Amino acid sequence: MNMHQAEVVDHVEASGGYRILTVEVPSLAKTVKPGQFIHLRIPRMDGAVLRRPFSVYMAHGKEMAVLYKLVGRGTHSMKSIGKGEILSMIGPLGNGFPMLQSLKVPVLVAGGYGVAPLAFLASRIKKKGIVFIGGAKASDVLCVKDFKKLGWEVRIATDDGSAGEKGLVTKILDEWLSVLNPVELLEFFVCGPDGMLKAVAERAKRLDHTAWLSLDKHMGCGVGACLACVQKIKRNGVVSLLRVCREGPVFEASEIVWE
Amino acid sequence: MTRSKKWPEMGVTIAGIKMKNAVMVASGTFGYGPEYADLVDLNKLGAIVVKGISLNPWNGNNLPRLVEVPGGLVNAIGLQNPGAEKFIKEYMPFLRKYDLPVIVNIWGRSVEEYVEVAERFDSVKGVSALELNISCPNIKHGGIAFGTDPRMAKKVISSVRKRTRLPLIPKLSPNVSNVSMFARIAEDCGADAVSLINSLPAMVINVETRKPVLANVVGGLTGPAIHPVAVKMVWETANAVKIPVIGMGGINNAREALEFIIAGATAVAVGTANFTDPLTSLHVINGIEEYLKRHALNSIKELIGTVHT
Repeated sequence: MNMHQAEVVDHVEASGGYRILTVEVPSLAKTVKPGQFIHLRIPRMDGAVLRRPFSVYMAHGKEMAVLYKLVGRGTHSMKSIGKGEILSMIGPLGNGFPMLQSLKVPVLVAGGYGVAPLAFLASRIKKKGIVFIGGAKASDVLCVKDFKKLGWEVRIATDDGSAGEKGLVTKILDEWLSVLNPVELLEFFVCGPDGMLKAVAERAKRLDHTAWLSLDKHMGCGVGACLACVQKIKRNGVVSLLRVCREGPVFEASEIVWE
Repeated sequence: MTRSKKWPEMGVTIAGIKMKNAVMVASGTFGYGPEYADLVDLNKLGAIVVKGISLNPWNGNNLPRLVEVPGGLVNAIGLQNPGAEKFIKEYMPFLRKYDLPVIVNIWGRSVEEYVEVAERFDSVKGVSALELNISCPNIKHGGIAFGTDPRMAKKVISSVRKRTRLPLIPKLSPNVSNVSMFARIAEDCGADAVSLINSLPAMVINVETRKPVLANVVGGLTGPAIHPVAVKMVWETANAVKIPVIGMGGINNAREALEFIIAGATAVAVGTANFTDPLTSLHVINGIEEYLKRHALNSIKELIGTVHT
């Protein structure tokens, strides 16, 4: 973890309501792992005292990118960030996804912009796998090209049926699981809303597969000092409140104690 | 005029603790040390006040625990902490590696709990002082009654005083009509210094759901918004007691820290700003030094309580 000055090299709209911010920050780009995040100080946000956390979407050479959705005051303030601007970032933060276990097939399940760290993960996994992407409508389905370029199989579900199949991402996941050879060894990597994480965790448990979930909790300091983002985790029979920003954001599904 | 080899003199002494400068990091905003150690050279700080410790581990409040408001934060973490034993075992060895006074913030839900946790730290190597949280507004039981009731404040401070040899620094609540009266109570009970202010009681409502944003319903406001409130209370307190005053509340830069010093504080603590920029405390130290040079002052001590009113 360190503080970095990152120079903006690109800032574009990805699809309706989503944007990609690319910065040149060699020290961070070289060390950050899939599933880790950075804590960004958003410029020109009057009265703001908190940074905003973003999981990393891409890191290559000197460059690193985040993919974000315009949801609140912070992300709307980010729209004005222009090329050449210097941004303050703390990172890399959090534990990130573990390495894929050999012999296993990577199965990625994403909801909305939760696909960003999974696209980064896929770019670092040698083995080709399958990704299930869910969203409310077609414009919420992101990074499809990234996965296809890597030779991954992509399956899509949207609430309104405007892209892929109509329904929840877990529906198309269930369909795929039902016709799968039961001896196939799978490893799940999941990022999205809590309901989706929980649904995938249940399936992984039922089928006895490992699932890694990246949690999204409202954060304060981002480094483990404020204890705003804790999660109940059961390890070795003991339940404790661990920090999503420090011990997470990635936890093994069976460790999570759902409220 | 002879100038010492180190000019200007930045060091201060509080409750017998020699600090290399007057800038601490405030309880609850800097963890137990390791959290920020990659970013901040802890040896450069005047002192660290660690996050509040109780005798036994404590889980704190449900989530959400934190919400940003213009100019600050409202938090209701609920004093989650690993308890005294685990803190001593897991964090004190780390903290002892640094040339850094460690002030342990302690709290309890009864006088007996305060006394017990204070006693536990009495023989712990590397602990410089105890900061007594008698004012946290986040805990439904206890805290609020001690810090806002003169008799309860007297009881808890004097009880702890009798059972610890460590310097004692009660942290005063701003949620009272006359803060200097509580400072005098602390002084009369044998406190070595007082620190203030703790957070201001606050509430944020989501108008779409008509529900409070924080799970605890109410929380404590900190950050730039409370700075002028804190300066006023520190000024009143410094005029009322002879023991040193540690000023805190919304410090973002050296100027805001200097306001506390000029109002009468011997030292200051940086809190919420650690979240915005972890290097704030170091910037404040450099800024104070630059100010002393610019005003041709030999020592920060020459500045304490010099406000012209």
